[in-house]
Amino acid sequence: MSAIRASESLLASSQQEELEDLPKDYPLSTSEDEGDSDGERKHQKLLEAISSLDGKTRRKLAERSEASLKVSEFNVSSKGSGEKLVLSDLLEPVKTVSSLATVKKQLNRVKSKKTVELPLHREEIERIHRQVAFNKTSQVLSKWDPIVLKNRQAEQLVFPLNKQQSAFAPIEHVLSGWKARTPLEQEIFNLLHKNRQPVTDPLLTPVEKASLKAMSLEEAKMRRAELQRARALQSYYEARARREKKIKSKKYHKVLKKGKAKQALKDFEKLRKVNPAAALEELEKLEKARMMERMSLKHQNSGKWAKSKAIMAKYDLEARQAMQEQLARNKELTQKIQVASESEEEEGGTEEDCDPLVPDVVNEVQVKANRPNPWMFRNHSSDAKEAETQEDPEEIAGSTAHEASESEEEEGPLAEEEILLKEFEERRSLRQKSGLNQIAEPVGRPETKDSSSQAILSELRVLSQKLKKENRQSRKQEVSSVKTVLAVQREKPAQEEEEPLLLQRPERAQTLDKLEELSKEGCFQNKELPRAAAEGQCLERNPDNHLGAPKEKKKKEQMIDLQNLLNTKSPSVKSLAVPTTIEELEDEEERAQRQMIKEAFAGDDVIRDFLKEKREAVEASKPKDVDLTLPGWGEWGGVGLKPSAKKRRRFLIKAPEGPPRKDKNLPNVIINEKRNIHAAAHQVQTLPYPFTHHQQFERTIQTPIGSTWNTQRAFQKLTTPKIVTKPGHIIKPIKAEDVGYRASSRSDLSVVQRNPKRLSIRHKKQLKKNSID
Amino acid sequence: MKVKMLSRNPDNYVRETKLDLQRVPRNYDPTLHPFEIPREYVRALNATKLERVFAKPFLASLDGHRDGVNCLAKHPKSLATVLSGACDGEVRIWNLTKRKCIRTIQAHEGFVRGICTRFCGTSFFTVGDDKTVKQWKMDGPGYGEEDEPLHTILGKTVYTGIDHHWKEPVFATCGQQVDIWDEQRTNPICSMTWGFDSISSVKFNPIETFLLGSCASDRNIVLYDMRQATPLKKVILDMRTNTICWNPMEAFVFTAANEDYNLYTFDMRALDTPVMVHMDHVSAVLDVDYSPTGKEFVSASFDKSIRIFPVDKSRSREVYHTKRMQHVICVKWTSDSKYIMCGSDEMNIRLWKANASEKLGVLTSREKAATDYNQKLKEKFQHHPHIKRISRHRHLPKSIYSQIQEQRIMKEARRRKELNRIKHSKPGSVQMVSEKKKHIVAVVK
Repeated sequence: MSAIRASESLLASSQQEELEDLPKDYPLSTSEDEGDSDGERKHQKLLEAISSLDGKTRRKLAERSEASLKVSEFNVSSKGSGEKLVLSDLLEPVKTVSSLATVKKQLNRVKSKKTVELPLHREEIERIHRQVAFNKTSQVLSKWDPIVLKNRQAEQLVFPLNKQQSAFAPIEHVLSGWKARTPLEQEIFNLLHKNRQPVTDPLLTPVEKASLKAMSLEEAKMRRAELQRARALQSYYEARARREKKIKSKKYHKVLKKGKAKQALKDFEKLRKVNPAAALEELEKLEKARMMERMSLKHQNSGKWAKSKAIMAKYDLEARQAMQEQLARNKELTQKIQVASESEEEEGGTEEDCDPLVPDVVNEVQVKANRPNPWMFRNHSSDAKEAETQEDPEEIAGSTAHEASESEEEEGPLAEEEILLKEFEERRSLRQKSGLNQIAEPVGRPETKDSSSQAILSELRVLSQKLKKENRQSRKQEVSSVKTVLAVQREKPAQEEEEPLLLQRPERAQTLDKLEELSKEGCFQNKELPRAAAEGQCLERNPDNHLGAPKEKKKKEQMIDLQNLLNTKSPSVKSLAVPTTIEELEDEEERAQRQMIKEAFAGDDVIRDFLKEKREAVEASKPKDVDLTLPGWGEWGGVGLKPSAKKRRRFLIKAPEGPPRKDKNLPNVIINEKRNIHAAAHQVQTLPYPFTHHQQFERTIQTPIGSTWNTQRAFQKLTTPKIVTKPGHIIKPIKAEDVGYRASSRSDLSVVQRNPKRLSIRHKKQLKKNSID
Repeated sequence: MKVKMLSRNPDNYVRETKLDLQRVPRNYDPTLHPFEIPREYVRALNATKLERVFAKPFLASLDGHRDGVNCLAKHPKSLATVLSGACDGEVRIWNLTKRKCIRTIQAHEGFVRGICTRFCGTSFFTVGDDKTVKQWKMDGPGYGEEDEPLHTILGKTVYTGIDHHWKEPVFATCGQQVDIWDEQRTNPICSMTWGFDSISSVKFNPIETFLLGSCASDRNIVLYDMRQATPLKKVILDMRTNTICWNPMEAFVFTAANEDYNLYTFDMRALDTPVMVHMDHVSAVLDVDYSPTGKEFVSASFDKSIRIFPVDKSRSREVYHTKRMQHVICVKWTSDSKYIMCGSDEMNIRLWKANASEKLGVLTSREKAATDYNQKLKEKFQHHPHIKRISRHRHLPKSIYSQIQEQRIMKEARRRKELNRIKHSKPGSVQMVSEKKKHIVAVVK
């Protein structure tokens, strides 16, 4: 069955019909013994069919056999019409043999044998070749895809692509084929050879080599170890010094200092004995150090420490002492500038003067502090003289006796001043004891110009209080100006003004201001002198000034300035009758002015106009509704008839509400939102190609790239050109080696020569596959 | 009292050498530099205008040929050397720096059809109308020597083009078929045909060196594989392709110069649709050559102008012409990508700058920075109408100008007709064909 089925597929179409019959009929004709007439016929038919299976030759045979069959029944003939008679058939015993066996065999033979197909047309073959080759080539080419993509998207391409190695080639390699030809070159080479400069072997000159050889290894090692040790020691000492420096204990430092001093003294003694010349030198050095120290102004009371001590001195004995010490030291250091022995004597005198007159602590400090600044000394004395000469009239009015004493002796003022100061202090202390009295004092007194002693005292007290805080020098100056009670009172303002003239220093001016301020503060603090009192003082001063007015203009100005200062500081001073009237006058003027302006612009209501304008602008910019109603369309039309409301509603297209106006919340502004034609000429109308959204495009425009807005680095980064070429360099086509691919090992030529028209095995296989398809 | 002193560190303002720039302290606070967009826009506008002002691309004209220049070749190792072959069979070697002819050879009788240099630059090959392929030494003959070719191959048919392999001593000629020759042999080691045509040019792929492309007179472009000795594929276009050129940076891309005024850039793996159609010429395009950077190419046309196209743009960025320049037959882009040479009918070779307004010579770093900045600004604002208008503006000869107008009208008419056809026929029966597909007739496997 299966064989037949298989044969069915193989057989030609002409035989198909018969064969199709075959399987249907076959089961019925199982054997020839059936004797059934119908079966007989069918069998015959089958035989015929089979006989016709074998083709022409068989048919021929069958024809013959058929003829013989017909001719004689007893003749020997083959059973199947198309079958050869084989000897084995004859020998076989007679038995029922299925004629199908032979058929099967034949069929098997047919099946095993393959027909050779017709060769394809030449063009067809070529086409297949081409296809295969093309596929292969495109495969080869597809390896370039990532590189091409990368290069297309690259921010920057630098050509030539293959970067040359910047390694230094030995000069001998470079110069292998080169010789000095021109006279210049030869000369240079001669020079080089003379100096034994290595031309071919560029490593080291003989000198360099020798220098390398000069130091042996051991020596180098030793040297290195030494250096190491030195470094270690140094770092150790440094660390120690740092540690010691950090120690906060004063005692420790004191001890250390003392120890050092002692040591130095000892050394010096020793040196003096051993080498007097060196000792002298040492001494000079010390002297120089002292001078330097003196110049440095380190030991005056301007330092942080000194200031703090000055504050503490009031309460702390120790601090006071320290300060004194400091001052003493300063004195000692700065002493030498006064070469004249007189001054020294004088100073000594002052000290003597001071010492017995030290009843209370503050005074003591002051006395010590009252040492004249040697730097200022000369200057001051001369200035003081000048001042005195200027102040003459006043002083004449004040006290003539003191004047005389002043004129008598040059150094007089100092001593006098100090004495005066002490007097003040004494009085002050007295007054402090009777503090209540001061508070109860009548306020208006000073105004009366009677100059009660109490008021003066209070003023002085304020002065002295402040003086404590002031620099010594300034304090002294002021004190010097205070001579007698009355004189001081009158003179003080003048003095105040003068001082800036004497010493043109900002500091001075400041102290003056401070003085003024402080005096006021003092007033408020003690509640001795309320505002009225201060005013009174001012008033009091004024007459003084008037007295001094003819003397100098400058003074006057200064005075006025001061008063201004006061005025600004206390607004109550301003609240006098006269200024208010002036203000009123001004007000009236202003009012008149306004009135005039109003009259002039009576017709213009600018604001209303503006609002109207804005309203109109808003209306104009609103999108309008579109009315599409046609009157008379679908209803009666004519004069006086209006389309119905329903219809109007239906055909009215409401305009969509636009975006809110930009000036919606700005009442004073109209922002024109109409398109500006002049600007539009410069604006991009449509979104350019690579961008998908207008925001993208806007962003690219909005980021500035210039160096005005970017740092140098960013600027360089932003303006890198896309393609950089080196001038004068040949750019070669890209190579597989350049981009990291393996170059094809076989050369194209060798491949061509090896198989000019032959195909590779793989190629053939592919070809076959293609042909089957 | 604390004394405030003016203290200045000399490191902040003292220059190390005299040549250093003075240091200028800058404050980048944006409030101090307002209106950045308008200011940059104005700068861009000025840069664009200046670019146009300084656009003077023409450098030199090399005259000496006594007939039209038919072919050009670059020296592979020397930028200054150029070879040219003329229609009277004369080959000249030029020195570009001196702008002089350094050697003249009467190479062929009739046209010199093709010229190419060997990859090492020691010799060059010419083919001519006298059915010969000749190999010449690059250096001139010694004193008293005859100027003889190294080898001469006498063929059976006329060779119309020649190209040398990029790495090996192999060259290819074209005529009736594409022949691949070993330099040492007098017979081709393989010849490839596909139908019977006259093939006008053949070009080796510079990257995948076994690939060749050729264009034949029956309107097709054929690709060959030298290793497998077969043609690969053929694309038939509307009109004849005069020559092709491979992209030196992208192995599978080539551009074809067509008679229908257009250039077509193909990806050789997909020939049925060109990657880009470049159209601006108003007459047949006769030659094309890629910039060595692979980003642009230059085309020479019968309309007496040469144009520079970016590879990815369909419109040209530059057009060069002079009053005296006639039909441009051949064009080459120099290997440093700075200059362009073109040989034309009226016997001259012209040298142009590739960037018309570029300053030649060494630039200082500040100049460089300024040009870079200007370039970026132009790029940034290129879509703004004024800048676009100024940067696009070119003077054209009247013939080209009127031709462009005419062709625009024709094109519009054709488009209108097509639209009308679509409109008046059954929906879907007539399709709009894209410009890229329109010119491809068939791809033959």
